[in-house]
Amino acid sequence: MGEANGTKIDISGLSVRYGPKRVLRDVSFAINRNEIFAIIGPANSGKTTLLKAINRTVEFIPEARVSGNIRIDGEETFAMRDVYELRRRIGMVFPLPVGLPLSVYDNVAYAPRMSGLRDKVTLDEIIEDCLRKAALWDEVKDRLDTLGTMLSGGQQQRLTIARALSHDPEILCLDEFSIAIDPVTTMRIEDVLIELKERITIILVTNLVQQARRLGDRTCFLNEGEVVQVDRTDVIFSDDPGNKLTHDYVNGIFG
Amino acid sequence: MSISEPAIKELFTASPLTQKKLTAQKWVKVGLALVTLAILIPLLLVLGYLLVKAWPALSWDFLTDIPRRGMRAGGLWPALIGTLYIVVFSLAAAAPVGVMAGIYLNEFARDTWLTRIINLAVVNLAGVPSIVHALFGMGAFVLFAGLGKSILAASLTLAIMTLPVIIVATKEALASVPMSFREACWNMGASRWQTIRTIVLPNSVSGILTGLILEVCRAAGETAPIMFTGAVFYKAIAPGDLFPYAPSDQCMALSYHLHTISTQVPGVPEEMLYGTAVVLVGFVLAFNSVAIIARMRIRARKKW
Amino acid sequence: MLSERTIVALIYLCGISAIIFVFGIFYFIFREGAPFLRDVFDFDSFFLSANWFPTSETNKRYGILALIAGTGSVTILAMLLAVPFGLGSAVFISEFCGPRLKEWLKVLIELLAAIPSVVWGFIGLMVMNPLIVELTGAPIGLNTLNAGIVVGLMSVPIIVSIAEDAIRAVPDTYREAAEALGATRWQVVYKVLLPAAKNGLLAAVLLGVGRAVGETMAVLMATGHSVNIPFDGEFPFFHVLDSVRTLTATIAAELGEAPRLMAEADGTYPEEAHHYQSLFVIGMVLFAITFVINLAADLIVKGVRKKR
Repeated sequence: MGEANGTKIDISGLSVRYGPKRVLRDVSFAINRNEIFAIIGPANSGKTTLLKAINRTVEFIPEARVSGNIRIDGEETFAMRDVYELRRRIGMVFPLPVGLPLSVYDNVAYAPRMSGLRDKVTLDEIIEDCLRKAALWDEVKDRLDTLGTMLSGGQQQRLTIARALSHDPEILCLDEFSIAIDPVTTMRIEDVLIELKERITIILVTNLVQQARRLGDRTCFLNEGEVVQVDRTDVIFSDDPGNKLTHDYVNGIFG
Repeated sequence: MSISEPAIKELFTASPLTQKKLTAQKWVKVGLALVTLAILIPLLLVLGYLLVKAWPALSWDFLTDIPRRGMRAGGLWPALIGTLYIVVFSLAAAAPVGVMAGIYLNEFARDTWLTRIINLAVVNLAGVPSIVHALFGMGAFVLFAGLGKSILAASLTLAIMTLPVIIVATKEALASVPMSFREACWNMGASRWQTIRTIVLPNSVSGILTGLILEVCRAAGETAPIMFTGAVFYKAIAPGDLFPYAPSDQCMALSYHLHTISTQVPGVPEEMLYGTAVVLVGFVLAFNSVAIIARMRIRARKKW
Repeated sequence: MLSERTIVALIYLCGISAIIFVFGIFYFIFREGAPFLRDVFDFDSFFLSANWFPTSETNKRYGILALIAGTGSVTILAMLLAVPFGLGSAVFISEFCGPRLKEWLKVLIELLAAIPSVVWGFIGLMVMNPLIVELTGAPIGLNTLNAGIVVGLMSVPIIVSIAEDAIRAVPDTYREAAEALGATRWQVVYKVLLPAAKNGLLAAVLLGVGRAVGETMAVLMATGHSVNIPFDGEFPFFHVLDSVRTLTATIAAELGEAPRLMAEADGTYPEEAHHYQSLFVIGMVLFAITFVINLAADLIVKGVRKKR
């Protein structure tokens, strides 16, 4: 199912240190176009750092040292001159719900406006589209001028998702997006993700093993900064994935 | 068997040792309170005394009239307007540099020895004696830059002296904006400056303004730096004139005026002396209070 | 509109501007005082002699020892007042105060700090002067005692502010641990907090000293420089009722009179020019003193290694 689409992201030999502490150790795998690629693993396994390396925000961490490379569509990301362009091609959603101190409208309009878009009609369309996909439209459509910081935690998290979609990314990365969101809304967003993968590539980092099972076409099990196994999801979750560590984690025996 | 009341009381009364400790503590608390008040109460009394002695002289004319009879009568107008000019010019010079330095320190500087040296330099700028700033102003602006004794030279000297106030206030205002906002913007592909321009700065304006107000207070009260760089004993201008000075002129200044009439001019009526002091202190404390109130209100109505 | 690169470059430039200005201050003072250093300066007769007679017709001498003693005595007196009151207030505000009272006291301390130095000088001249005359029977109330009290009051806010920060910075876990062992508030402060904060407290005192050493206008007015008191250079400078001249006040008092003369054709300066230049050299001494104090305070608080 996945391999035929071709490689979108190719990670090879990625290692990240924060000062003396090794966070990622020689991570290598490929993510295919138009798939949902799930990454599972216990806390502190380096999942978040991996995402930050992909969109190069790891460079904002003072003592971070990165080696290895990441290629998107064959092009090396660490060598790209316009890092802002790279980040615009990637939508990033982290677990901390963040509403910017702007109106809801301006929150989602932020990225399009940065790119020079001024036309109100187009902006209105983009904002409605993104808020619908984030399952937030119905709740805020009558109060788009509310300050983003005044929304509830779950609403702010969905606002973060809407912002991530607002610059029309080719790659969408979600890091435990459903923590602050109730199960019903989570399912609505999961349906959206399944639709979206027809057009874009999705990386889903999650602690909810069942979510990976539901959504992931392929799954990667990351433990203590190292890749334990990367395979089709049905293999990872089968009775014998081929790796004892994987089997134990997936069945809740550790982590 | 039920427990008797006196026995219960005994259970919950402090033991003699604890009681001794608590009494000692009470004394300490009282002692420290007195120590604190010992500073503040005499101060308030002195300020009140100044006000009382100044009262007969305080009037609208006192502020708008020019000095007459060799400073022994009339008002403060040239000194007031001169201070205003100096303060405005020094703010114009210090604000951009100070705010940008604050932006650098909070948004761009990494934890290196260079940053530590910069912070040390900022502390030193604030700690250098005011007369040394005056010497610097003479050497650099009056003489080297050829500005001569002028409002410009005096303002620039004051600007460098009050730079730390703005830098520190800007740093604090920027630091109060949560890091998560910046990260959210970076993730959308915004650059550091775009993020600062659109999110960080707009939400730091009040804090920065507080710093600017504090700068004005400091600049208005300083004497030594302007004594040799632009302030003058007497300048003849028309009462109530709003534009009597050119930037290359020397001017009278309220702080310097207080100094001269209390030390160089014999026979000035007492209420005028106290009146001048009260006007200066009143202005500075009033503005400072505005800054303090503004700071409190900022903290109270946080948007996040 | 400026490009982003230009703006960021400007920001970086302003960032290092503080360093540039500090160097600038030293450079321009040095520039004006250099001829003195080259032609007249001699370590012993400058630093170790109490004979400050720059305007003498026949025998110009530039010994600043008495001025140093003057600065020292005013500073010591000021610290005797400011340190106990400042530290005591800091402890009270930090540990024994309800939140509302704390807010008010901090505001009052900040307003105390805002009072201009010329107003303090005025208070010394008009208020403390007659008070001292009355209470001590001295012939004139413009002396070390007057300046010491005024400068002491001026130094209190900075000591309170830094000390209070230092005490507040001690982690709550220290307080909780001590209280769990049954200590009273005061015992917690005395046995746990003050020792833990001692670096910050020392820095607070140092910065207070720096403030006192550098004070100009208040000292100028409260020690009676305006009145022509001839200085007799007597040594037991702990006579607090005697008048005194400090480094700062001397510069302020004499700079107006000392003419800035140009060099002769052969590059040397006339004798009269040395007075002006010597005042700049005193400025360099003051700069060095406050620089060392600030550096010491920084090292004490942050340690010598790179801050983590």
